[in-house]
Amino acid sequence: MADQLTPNGHIDEVSGVETTGHEWDGIRELNNPMPRWWVLCFYATIIWAIGYCVLYPAWPLINDATRGVLGFSSRAEFAADMNAAKVAQSAVVEKITASSLQEIAADPQLSQFATAAGAAAFRVNCTPCHGSGAAGGQGYPNLNDNDWLWGGNLDQIYQTVAHGIRDPADPETRISEMPAFADMLKPNEVREIAAYVVSLTGTPRDPAMATPGKQLFADNCASCHGEKAEGNRDMGAPDLADAIWLKVDGEAGIARQILAPRHGVMPAWNARLGDVAVKQLAVYIHSLGGGE
Amino acid sequence: MNLYTASHLEQNGSSVERIDVQSAHPPGKPHQPLYEKRKKIFPKKAEGQFRRFKWLVMLITLGIYYLTPWVRWDRGPFAPDQAVLVDLAGRRFYFFFIEIWPQEFFFVAGLLVMAGFGLFLVTSAVGRAWCGYACPQTVWVDLFLAVEHFIEGDRNARIKLDAAPWSFGKLWKRVVKHSIWLLIAVATGGAWIFYFADAPSLAFDFVTGQAAMVAYSTVATLTATTYVLGGLMREQVCIYMCPWPRIQGAMLDEHSLVVTYNDWRGEPRSRHAKKAAATGQPVGDCVDCNACVAVCPMGIDIRDGQQLACITCALCIDACDSVMDKIGKPRGLIAYATLEEYDHNMYIATSGGTTAIDPGKVRNTDGSFIDAMRHFNWKIILRFRTLLYFGVWALVGLGLVYALLSRDRLEVNVLHDRNPQFVLESDGSIRNGFTVRLLNMIPEPRTILLSMEGLPEATMKITGVTDLPGRLFAIQVEPDKTLALKVFVTLPKDAISAEATDFRFIAEDRSSHEKDSHPAVFNTPGPRK
Repeated sequence: MADQLTPNGHIDEVSGVETTGHEWDGIRELNNPMPRWWVLCFYATIIWAIGYCVLYPAWPLINDATRGVLGFSSRAEFAADMNAAKVAQSAVVEKITASSLQEIAADPQLSQFATAAGAAAFRVNCTPCHGSGAAGGQGYPNLNDNDWLWGGNLDQIYQTVAHGIRDPADPETRISEMPAFADMLKPNEVREIAAYVVSLTGTPRDPAMATPGKQLFADNCASCHGEKAEGNRDMGAPDLADAIWLKVDGEAGIARQILAPRHGVMPAWNARLGDVAVKQLAVYIHSLGGGE
Repeated sequence: MNLYTASHLEQNGSSVERIDVQSAHPPGKPHQPLYEKRKKIFPKKAEGQFRRFKWLVMLITLGIYYLTPWVRWDRGPFAPDQAVLVDLAGRRFYFFFIEIWPQEFFFVAGLLVMAGFGLFLVTSAVGRAWCGYACPQTVWVDLFLAVEHFIEGDRNARIKLDAAPWSFGKLWKRVVKHSIWLLIAVATGGAWIFYFADAPSLAFDFVTGQAAMVAYSTVATLTATTYVLGGLMREQVCIYMCPWPRIQGAMLDEHSLVVTYNDWRGEPRSRHAKKAAATGQPVGDCVDCNACVAVCPMGIDIRDGQQLACITCALCIDACDSVMDKIGKPRGLIAYATLEEYDHNMYIATSGGTTAIDPGKVRNTDGSFIDAMRHFNWKIILRFRTLLYFGVWALVGLGLVYALLSRDRLEVNVLHDRNPQFVLESDGSIRNGFTVRLLNMIPEPRTILLSMEGLPEATMKITGVTDLPGRLFAIQVEPDKTLALKVFVTLPKDAISAEATDFRFIAEDRSSHEKDSHPAVFNTPGPRK
């Protein structure tokens, strides 16, 4: 019987099983059947595949793909998931919209939500300049410390984020400009002021220059930076008597900044992110450790 | 010639009915088709000491499984009152007076190690006792067989019913049987979910259709597996699906107890012992009644020798013992025996392998066994291998008990901010940020004191707790909860002496005198030049 079934009619002597008819150096392959459960599973996968092709997107076409009867789309599913998340958050978001920054900070649930959301917004929008840890860099303020150019309480931070600094597109932006003293002071006077500024926190190269520098500072700089060089937050004039240097470090750098000052620019975020996100950013930045 | 055997067969042989049955798994059959259909097995009801023991084990194991979730255990107002509860959503595991947090899962791992070594210990001592008595597959198949026996009758009635054409009576019996099986299966799946939620409220929700989808799908899955594995597949699970029969061969040695057909006294088996004895041929105790094959739930013939399909449920021992009682022979033709004693007795019966089995060689003329015979000695269980397994098992167990008694219920964990690692403040001081987690691992609210050890000049500020710097804070932690705190530590400019300074956070509960600490590092850019 097996002879009739196989084309070459070969039956293996030892096992009594027919072979596939293939032979390699006298070795033949037994033609054992696939297990029945395996074959049934195989047929089941074929039926499944047909059903899948009908119900779901499956076959690529030139500009599109077959859509499937169910109309499933992973993009639509993703959009629905995001929408559901938004709906789930809407109650908290509404509360944040209606609350003042102080109320948000005082409510543990709101402040936790705002801090997390603010951190997410920060990672997307702020890290290019301020760094992922908000530690800043030369010319870009460190938001962790307690040295604030324009103030470090919630409202001041909110104002800075919302309207930016020296953003020409925002009429409410924070604005100030340090004049270039190259035309007004002699090079020697500039060096003397630089020596004086350094002497506030350290030791200048030539301490003798700091003495005339003090008078020059009072005449030219104190109106913005203050009598004691403690800065002025109303016009974003930095504190020159503290340990933190935003743009420059050292006497030569200070002299350059006096001759031809550089000014940072930060865009206004209110129009781009909306009021809720700006509030959340303010709460997050305030929570980093330097908030007042 | 064995006069003893012959004479007793004369008196009693007629009372032993021979059952027409063959092993469903005959050994060494050449050219056996690989995809042969399953041979139906109709196990006959057995009676005897091992059957009684199996009923007892079934009662205890099923009782534990079905009833445990309903046992209550008072833990106060802040924890559930279910004695055994795996709270996956809350990430807590309750076992009577023990509560385990996810990080203490090593207790469960330790129990699994103990279960593993316990299995090695039991198997090396008494063979596949797990398979034969305690394995859920064995227990549930036993239960399903009891139902089948109750509805359809014993072996012969079931064979008849199976062969009979479909009729109302047959249909009725089958429907009833499968319905009861499904009920058992549903109860099995149903009991499982009660370990994962408060049993009474989940039972109410489940019946009223308010339980979570996962509860219904779990019950459906376990119902299906119980019904299919226990009711329909039965012995095939053990033979084709379970890895343990293949592993356990490595656990057995010549001193392990296994269910053994003692062919040194049974062979040559004969249905016509009288005739054989009359012609002067040797006659063994086995009357070839096939009772041992008929009762076997695996459908094997134990007389073929030790085999993978034997789960050592010992029902063949019960069946054979009752036959031996009937024909007036000593029990133990099929018995728990070690390979060592079997080999010794076989050596005597075959004169060292030189002759065919002559059961006369192991007996005195009065029928009693000769003194040179070897019988089972309980001391053999105490040998190096079993003692080693027991030693490891006990060591792990003692280690777990020690860990349980000495474990902390108050913990503090510290994570240093990675970015930035330190912050320069305007007065030149350096600030480091830490996330400090206080773990209150008891179901009661606590006041935990958080302080620092080392860095004497440094001060802490904790967000949301206080704006004032200090070195010791009292913090309220909710029962059975972890509280994450954002802690800022500030070191004044003058105190900065190294880039990294070790210190510790200390958490203390002064009322219970519990204390835990965690090392931390304070980073700075280094002392100012």
